[in-house]
Amino acid sequence: MARTVTSSSARGTRLGRPLRRVPRVLLVPAVLTALISLLPVAYLVVRASGGGIETVVETIWRARTWELTVASLGLAAAVTLLSIFVGVSLAWLVVRTDLPGRRVFGVLAALPLAVPSYVAAYIWIAAFPGLTGFTGSVLVLTLVSYPYVYLPVAAALARIDPAMEEVALSLGRGRMSVVLRQLRPSAAAGALLVAMYALGEFGAVSIMRFDVFTTQIYTSYRASFDRTPAAVLGLLLVVVTFVIVVAESRSRGRAAYATRGAPPRRRRVVALRPAGKAAALVWSGAVAAAAVGFPFAGICYWLLEGASSGVRPDRLLAAFGATVGMAAAGALVSTALAVPVGVIAARYRSRTASVLEQASYVGHALPGIVVALSLVFFAVRYAYPLYQRWPMLVLAYAVLFLPAAVGAVRASVLQSPPVLEEVARSLGRGPFAVMRQVTLPLALPGVTAGAALVFLTAMKELPATLLLRPTGMDTLATRLWTETGSGAYGAAAPYAAVLMLVAAVPGFVLGRRSTKEDT
Amino acid sequence: MRLEVDGVSKAFGGTRVLDDVSLVVDDGELAAVLGPSGCGKTTLLRIVAGFESADAGSVAVGGADITSLPPERRRIGIVPQEAALFPHLTVRRNVGFGLPRGAASAERARECLDLVGLSGFGDRMPHELSGGQQQRVALARALAPGPGVVLLDEPFNALDRSLRVSVRDDVRDALKRAGATAVLVTHDQEEAMSMADTVAVMREGRIVQKDEPASVYAAPRDLGVATFVGEAVILPASAAGGVASCVLGALPYAAGGSEGQGRVAVRPEQFVLTVPGGGTVGRVERVEFFGHDAALTVVLDGERDGEGVVIRARTRGDAGHRTGDRVGVEVEGSVLFFVS
Repeated sequence: MARTVTSSSARGTRLGRPLRRVPRVLLVPAVLTALISLLPVAYLVVRASGGGIETVVETIWRARTWELTVASLGLAAAVTLLSIFVGVSLAWLVVRTDLPGRRVFGVLAALPLAVPSYVAAYIWIAAFPGLTGFTGSVLVLTLVSYPYVYLPVAAALARIDPAMEEVALSLGRGRMSVVLRQLRPSAAAGALLVAMYALGEFGAVSIMRFDVFTTQIYTSYRASFDRTPAAVLGLLLVVVTFVIVVAESRSRGRAAYATRGAPPRRRRVVALRPAGKAAALVWSGAVAAAAVGFPFAGICYWLLEGASSGVRPDRLLAAFGATVGMAAAGALVSTALAVPVGVIAARYRSRTASVLEQASYVGHALPGIVVALSLVFFAVRYAYPLYQRWPMLVLAYAVLFLPAAVGAVRASVLQSPPVLEEVARSLGRGPFAVMRQVTLPLALPGVTAGAALVFLTAMKELPATLLLRPTGMDTLATRLWTETGSGAYGAAAPYAAVLMLVAAVPGFVLGRRSTKEDT
Repeated sequence: MRLEVDGVSKAFGGTRVLDDVSLVVDDGELAAVLGPSGCGKTTLLRIVAGFESADAGSVAVGGADITSLPPERRRIGIVPQEAALFPHLTVRRNVGFGLPRGAASAERARECLDLVGLSGFGDRMPHELSGGQQQRVALARALAPGPGVVLLDEPFNALDRSLRVSVRDDVRDALKRAGATAVLVTHDQEEAMSMADTVAVMREGRIVQKDEPASVYAAPRDLGVATFVGEAVILPASAAGGVASCVLGALPYAAGGSEGQGRVAVRPEQFVLTVPGGGTVGRVERVEFFGHDAALTVVLDGERDGEGVVIRARTRGDAGHRTGDRVGVEVEGSVLFFVS
C-alpha cells in the first residue's frame, strides 16, 4: 500500500498511522472468534455437499429459487433504504435541531428495539387483515429495525465538530454536504445490520405470509427428511450476504473519520422555521405512533381481552428469569468475543484484519433457524453432552449477534486517536496492557451500548431459541410463540407485555444517551 | 543517554522514505531533525520509537542495540503533536502512567509536574488545560519514567504563535534540567535553530548536514541547505582566489577550495544600504516594517548587467527608508559560494 505523504500530514496523525502486523494477544482470540462464527457455514457446506452436486444444481435452478432471491433482495433493499431515511432524519431532528420535545422523541426513537418483529407483525395483521405480503413485511420490518441506523447516527452526529459545518456554509455549500459525508460510516454500519436483519428475518414474514429464503428453508426442513435443499438454500443466502458485506467494506474508502483531540465542547442547534417545525413534529410523531404507540396499544388491548383467560404467574416468572439469564449470557459472551476483532478492525489495515472482521459478520446473515440446525448437528456429532443444554443456546446467540457487538467495538475504538495507544506503548505498556488501560476504558461507553443492543436482540430471538433451548425451559419468546400458535392471543399478551417492558429498559437508556450530552 | 542511529533505510511499497540515515545524539544533547514535510523525518522518529521497523540499519540507546525491541521495552519517551493526553485520566495519573504503582512513583510524578511548572494541576482533567499546558503535561509524562531518549514530534504545531515561543522555552528548560537526551522533529527552521543544540537537516530521506545551529547557518553544505535554514539572495557568480564576482561586485567568500562558475548566497542581514555612490545602486520597491527591524525589497539598476535583479535586505527598524528611495547596496562579511 503506497503511503501518501500529503494525506498523512494533512490528517495530522503524524504518530498513529494504521498498523499492519496484528499482535498475537489480539490475533489468537480473534481467530477463535472467526472460527466460531464460521462454524455454521462450515456445517452448511457439509450438509449441502452431502447430497451430491446434482441436488445442489437442481435446487438452485428451480424457478422458485429465483423468485425467492428476488423477493428476499427486494425486501432487504426496501427495508434498508426506508430505515436509512427514517433513522437519519430522526437522528438529525433530535440531535441537531430545536424540535420541541426532542428528548422525548430521542427516547421514543430507540424504543422499537423492544418490539419483537413477530409481535409487531401480528398486531398489525390483527388490526388490518389485508396487510399481508410485501407491503406489510416492509412496513413492519422498517418500523422495528430503523433504530439500528438511528442510534449510531445520533451518536455520530453528537460528535461532529460544528466547525466543519460552519466551514461548509462559509464555502457556499449546504450544511448537509459535510454532515452526510461524516455520517457515512455510522449510517453504513447501521444499514448493513438492517439489510442482514431483513434477509434473515423469519417470524414477521411468515406471519405476513410473504415467501422468502428463510420461510422456504424452514418449510423444506420440516417437510422432508432430506435436509440438503434447506442447506443449499441457506448457503445461497450466505453468499448473497457475503456479497453485501464486501460491497459495504469496499465503499468505506480511505477517508479518515476519527475525531481528533478533544470532542467539540459546545453543540449548536439548528433553529427550524415554523412550517419546518410543524412538519418535523408530524413526522417524528407519526413514526413514534406507528413504531411504538401502535404495538403498545395492541398489547394493552389483548391484555384486557385475555385477562379473563387466567395467567399462571409462576410460569411467567420462570420464563422471565430464563429469558434474562440467557440473553445476558449471550450478550456477555458475544461482546467478549467481539473485542479483539473490533479492535483489529479499527486499528489495523491488512488482509488478515479485513478477513477477520468480515468473518465475524457472517453470523448475522444466517437465519437463526440455520444456526440452530447447524449447532444441533454439531452437538449431536461432536459434543453430545452439550446437546439441548444452555451453553449451545448461548453459543448460538454469540454467533448470531457478533456483528452488532463487533460493529459497536470497532466504532467506539475509532473514536479515540490511535496516538494514545502509541504513547502508552512508549511508556512501557505491552499490547495487552494498552488495550486494558487505554483502548477499552475509552471505548467502554460504546462497547456497553453494543452489549445492551445484543441483550435486547437476544431477548427477542425466536427460531434459534425454539430449537436449542434446554428441555423443559421456556423463555418469554417461546411461550409467546406457543400461545400465539394455538390462537390464544389473550394468553400470549402478558408474555409479550413483559418482554417489551424489559427490553424497553436498555432502549430507554440508549435513547437518553443520544440526547443527553448537550447540557 | 547517547542515541545512535546507524544506516537506517525504509521503503513503503517501493517508495524509498529513508535512505541510509545515520544520526548520533550525545547524552544530554537536544538535537533537532529539520526538514520539509515528506522528507522522512516522522518515519525516522517512528523507527526510533519502535512503531515501524527499519528495512536495514540499527538503533542503539546508551550503547545497547534496541533495533528489535518492541516500543514498550525501549525506554523512549514520546511527546506527540497535540499532546495526546489520556482523556479518561487526571493530569497526575497521566504523568504517572509510565511509573509502577507506589509512593515513590507519586513523588516522582509530582516532581515531574514541578519540572514543567504545573505543580497545582494534578487533579485537573486534560480538557480543563490550555493547549500549552497540555503540551507541558505530555512532556512531564514522557520524562517521568526517566527514558533514555525523548522524541518530540512537531510538539508546538497546534499552539498559537504567541504561545509557541514561551512553551518552547519551558520545554527546552525542562529537558535541560532533566538532563534528557532529546530529538525534536520539526519543519520550522526558526524552532529548530532557536531550541536545539544541534540541527540535522533532512532532505528526501537523507540527513544532509548535522551541526550546531550557527554552523549550519553560516556554513551550509549546499545551496538547498542554505536556503532551507534561512533566507538568502541567490545570484550567479564566478569564483577565483577567494573572491566571487557577481552583479554586486567582487565578494569575499569562505573558501572551501571550490572555484569556477556557480552561485553565491547572500543573507539579508549582510546587506548594508548606503547613500547612492560609486557601487551598486538600486530603488526601494517595498518596505515591510516589523518594529525591531524591517525587510526592504530593492531592485538594482541596469549598470553591470544587474538590470532588474531583486534583493531583500534587513535593516534596523528605525532606518527610515521609504518606497522609491534610491540607495547604494553593499555587502558586509563573506558570502556563501556553491559551484553549480
